Amino acid sequence: MISGSPGASAPAGEAIAASRAAASRDALLDVRGIGKTFQTGEGSTTAVEAMSFTVSEGEFVSIIGPSGCGKSTVFNIIGGLVADYRGEVRVSGEKVSGTHPAIGMVFQEESTFPWRNVADNVAFPLEISGMSKTARLERAAHFVEMVGLRGFERHYPSQLSGGMRQRVALARTLASSPRLLLMDEPFAALDEQTRLLLGDKVLQIQQTLRQTTLLITHNLTEAVQLSDRVLVMTYRPGRLKRVVDIDLPHPRDSEVVSSDAFGHYVAQIWQDLREEASRGIRDDESRVLQAGRR
Amino acid sequence: MTSWMRSRNTARAVGVLTLVVVLAGIEALIRLGVINRFIVPLPTQIIASLPRIVAEENVVQRFWQTTQEVMWASLVIALIGISLGALLYRVRILRMACESWVGALAAAPIVLAYPLFLVLFGRSVTTIVAIGVIAGLAPVILKTLEGLTATRHVLLDVGRSFRLNPSQQFLKVLLPSALPSIFVGLRLGLIFSMINIVGVEFLINFGGLGQLINELAERYDLPGTYGAICFVILTSITFFVIAEHLEKWLAPAT
Repeated sequence: MISGSPGASAPAGEAIAASRAAASRDALLDVRGIGKTFQTGEGSTTAVEAMSFTVSEGEFVSIIGPSGCGKSTVFNIIGGLVADYRGEVRVSGEKVSGTHPAIGMVFQEESTFPWRNVADNVAFPLEISGMSKTARLERAAHFVEMVGLRGFERHYPSQLSGGMRQRVALARTLASSPRLLLMDEPFAALDEQTRLLLGDKVLQIQQTLRQTTLLITHNLTEAVQLSDRVLVMTYRPGRLKRVVDIDLPHPRDSEVVSSDAFGHYVAQIWQDLREEASRGIRDDESRVLQAGRR
Repeated sequence: MTSWMRSRNTARAVGVLTLVVVLAGIEALIRLGVINRFIVPLPTQIIASLPRIVAEENVVQRFWQTTQEVMWASLVIALIGISLGALLYRVRILRMACESWVGALAAAPIVLAYPLFLVLFGRSVTTIVAIGVIAGLAPVILKTLEGLTATRHVLLDVGRSFRLNPSQQFLKVLLPSALPSIFVGLRLGLIFSMINIVGVEFLINFGGLGQLINELAERYDLPGTYGAICFVILTSITFFVIAEHLEKWLAPAT
């Protein structure tokens, strides 16, 4: 922890114990000791180990870590896309196995259906739920407007920019009314300016809907700009290293990035992350060297 | 007029002009004696023969018979081909066992096996359609398999995240994603099928345009023979236009 930095910050052990005691009763998401080991041709790799945290109703939490720390594995475990993991995931106290209707996922990769126009993409979960065409298109129009794409309802994804397509994916997930919005680096492929502006849009939506959100990211600015809490992960195997409470005023927008407090948070998280990212780079280099020797 | 319409009209005009230039070139080569006119008739003679074969050779009915055969074969090809492609996608071991054989089927001269089909189904429309189906099946199976396999994993994950059951996952995600590839297979299947249907009509001298080509060739009516081939091309164009419209309707974004 940086001396004199704003907001509360604590090493993982203390923070988890404290937050678990306070938040376990009203936790929407309760992740308990999850871990995952993958078997590869070269042996086994533990991607995530003993990771525990909670997310309360209405909270915006980010998980940040260096490349290869198992962030996406955490995303897939919570989203129910990975089987055979250690530990457990609970939503409102109910143990989750497989995908859960309370969890809506936004993926890192471009995930809109190219054969559906914007309105039909957004209405997709409503169509699956059996809602009539008129009702679902009406409801979809509401979410299309919410993500700022009004007027583009009849456009196909191929006619939209990357940022617009990610907003379509976000609107589609929101249309399913998830209690927990789970996002895996949704703006990773976008330029910094678009990313900041889309961050504003996400904050606006989160504040309007009081949407509980868990964001997986490797972007420091994004994590601090959007979150109430940032969970910092170690390099492989991914563990929870530190929890940083972001005590920046609400409602927030991208202007917050120019404040001193914002800079302090970014510096504080980077200090933890730098060590882990360096480990990651050293690990990559040694793997390349070993592969070269073989 | 939009620029898109202008480009489309220009493309059509260039297409027609190219055809006219090619035909004029062939006409010139025949008249100059470079191409033997007893093997290839003059294009003007072919065009002049069209009203005659329509009036005298019952072309409309024959055209309709070949069209019906191709239509039935196409429907069966689509039904069986897409189903088998989906089956090979689902059952990995079956795919590993059969994919090469299906590829080999695409290259096989099925039409030469017509005596076998004659024994099975007799000298009938069923024989013609059956050969058309077998000939056109392989590309549809292979392209369906290719399209399903090429579906991006993230789209399947989206389906899973919305808790789609297996049939919803297939109908709402896999099939629409594979549709452009499936239509490529259907077009190829249509070509293979049609060549074989007309070929078998010719070989077994049974109905349709193939039989007409056979009869006119035996009479050494070369302009009429080539005129009948023009009607085969017309059948092909009809089915391609139908396939194109069907694809635009089912997959408007492609």
